[in-house]
Amino acid sequence: MTPLLDVRHLVKEYPAAGRGWFRRSAPARVVDDVSFSIASGETFGLVGESGSGKTTTARCVLRLIEPTAGEVRFQETDVLSLPARELRRARRHFQMVFQDPSGSLNPRRRAGEIVGEPLAIHRVGTREARRARVRELFDTVGLTGDDLTKYPHEFSGGQRQRIGLARALALEPALVVCDEPVSALDVSVQAQIVNLLTDLQQRLGLTYLFIAHDLRLVRQICDRVAVMYRGRLVEVAPAERLFTAPVHPYTRALLSAIPRMQPGDRLERIPFDAASVARTELREVSDRHFAAV
Amino acid sequence: MKSPSDPVRLRVERLRTVFPEGPGHDVPVVDDVSFDVGAGETLALVGESGSGKTLTALSIVRLVPAPGRVVAGRVTLDGRDLTALDEAGMRAVRGRRIGFVFQEPMAALDPLYTIGFQLAETIAVHGLARGAAAGRRAVEMLEAVRLPDPARQAREYPHQLSGGQRQRAMIALALCAEPSLVIADEPTSALDVTVQAEILDLLGDLRRRLQLSLLLITHDLGVVAEAADRVAVMYAGRIVEEAPVARLFAAPAHPYTRGLLASLPGTRPGRRLDAMPGSVPAPGRAGPGCAFAPRCAEAFDPCRVRPPTEFDVETDHRARCFLHDPERRVAGTAS
Repeated sequence: MTPLLDVRHLVKEYPAAGRGWFRRSAPARVVDDVSFSIASGETFGLVGESGSGKTTTARCVLRLIEPTAGEVRFQETDVLSLPARELRRARRHFQMVFQDPSGSLNPRRRAGEIVGEPLAIHRVGTREARRARVRELFDTVGLTGDDLTKYPHEFSGGQRQRIGLARALALEPALVVCDEPVSALDVSVQAQIVNLLTDLQQRLGLTYLFIAHDLRLVRQICDRVAVMYRGRLVEVAPAERLFTAPVHPYTRALLSAIPRMQPGDRLERIPFDAASVARTELREVSDRHFAAV
Repeated sequence: MKSPSDPVRLRVERLRTVFPEGPGHDVPVVDDVSFDVGAGETLALVGESGSGKTLTALSIVRLVPAPGRVVAGRVTLDGRDLTALDEAGMRAVRGRRIGFVFQEPMAALDPLYTIGFQLAETIAVHGLARGAAAGRRAVEMLEAVRLPDPARQAREYPHQLSGGQRQRAMIALALCAEPSLVIADEPTSALDVTVQAEILDLLGDLRRRLQLSLLLITHDLGVVAEAADRVAVMYAGRIVEEAPVARLFAAPAHPYTRGLLASLPGTRPGRRLDAMPGSVPAPGRAGPGCAFAPRCAEAFDPCRVRPPTEFDVETDHRARCFLHDPERRVAGTAS
């Protein structure tokens, strides 16, 4: 079966800082030869610490920024070679949900207008049909008809994330990239949004690229997980496998730092020495389990 | 761990802080809050945003931003009544007897001065040492928080350090006047998980070595499990449950605490989480009864009529919930 999304040798470089004598010799490689593929209906987790390049990877995949090199195939379409007009048309199939729901919602627009905007831009149906679709989307994400005419500031953080989700789902995308979708929310609200994401996936057959730093959450909801370190993937495996039998030293260090939820039962921390690890390609260490060792 | 013989270092009694909302109408943000922190003990104050945990800390040191104000309660530190102090007296306590660590170290560090200068200045201001001696002490403090090459780091400016190093520098700043209590407000929330682990280990280590008391404010139950001796859970301005950390995780008594623990990922198999319905009420928006009642699956008649008082669940474990009202429990067994 061909994957829904196939990313090969993705590279994103930023030009070296400084000028003349002070110019750093090499450009900064934020994403360094990253390859992975996601099957339809799968939830693929991308984890790593800040600055590891996970958000840049996602943005390159959606071509919100232009990668330096590599290949991105979405349902057989070569995303990176699409001319602007066709890229816009293709974008309806892959959408993004952001971390800070308030930062991604226009404060001067009513919730109904925000959710209906993608439909208007892509000129989907008549005005009446669009209005009906927006009401349906509100219902889908657990908002009410009364919420249609409210402004973003009138909602709680969790409700704002529901608006962001409704907007992302408006054009019936196949792939939704979730970049830290619940990390700005309170614990009790986080669970509601996570459940909503899970329900929507089952109902609508969505595929998720799920970026998060909360490793416990990733373990809970992802089918497969890729660990990113300094722009490179160091390990990719089915979620349970990764969390119970990590192979790469960085993954092991990262997992050992997760707080246990059992007071007094503290796992021995595993330190990680970057210098001790050779830079190698991913290889299959066991079934569907890849590591750069 | 706390034992009954441990002296109480910080005692907070019936603290109440309000913000005005229109003329003659005050909204409580910290309501009837009482707790003790023993010598060498870490008490975690846990809650979601708007629960009043940070305002409780600010009320203790009388730094509540205007127009908010502390209207009732008593705070004693090492037996000394802080509420009776005037502003000058309070200023002598802040930084000297009580150190602070914040989520964002750049808020506490001055970008224009080197780390070493800021430490030495603080040491001199509190009259602990001056001149070269203060400088030497500054380097010792950086060593104590395990910054690599402390003599060199002392000459660096805050922006030259990484996030984790800055957090270490701020801990050094909080400790340099040898306070008996440190208030740490989300000290690791902005850090990556591996750096968080290092900072938590450091705080635990310093606490043991210096017999420091720590009031740890956090929303992260993982941090609580790792670092706290006792936990006070806040909801809508009140402490709803307090217990030793192992007890709280093993046998939470308040439905809110139970809901919080159940909603965490990794606590049950399958993809769905056990989510609590609704969200935290805005200050002043809770009804006459228990603020949690609208979200509570176990709420019964009295919960909607009046706020519950605290009931003992066990020794050293109390909950503000009618489920633990002994009269109800007696009635329950009788029927």
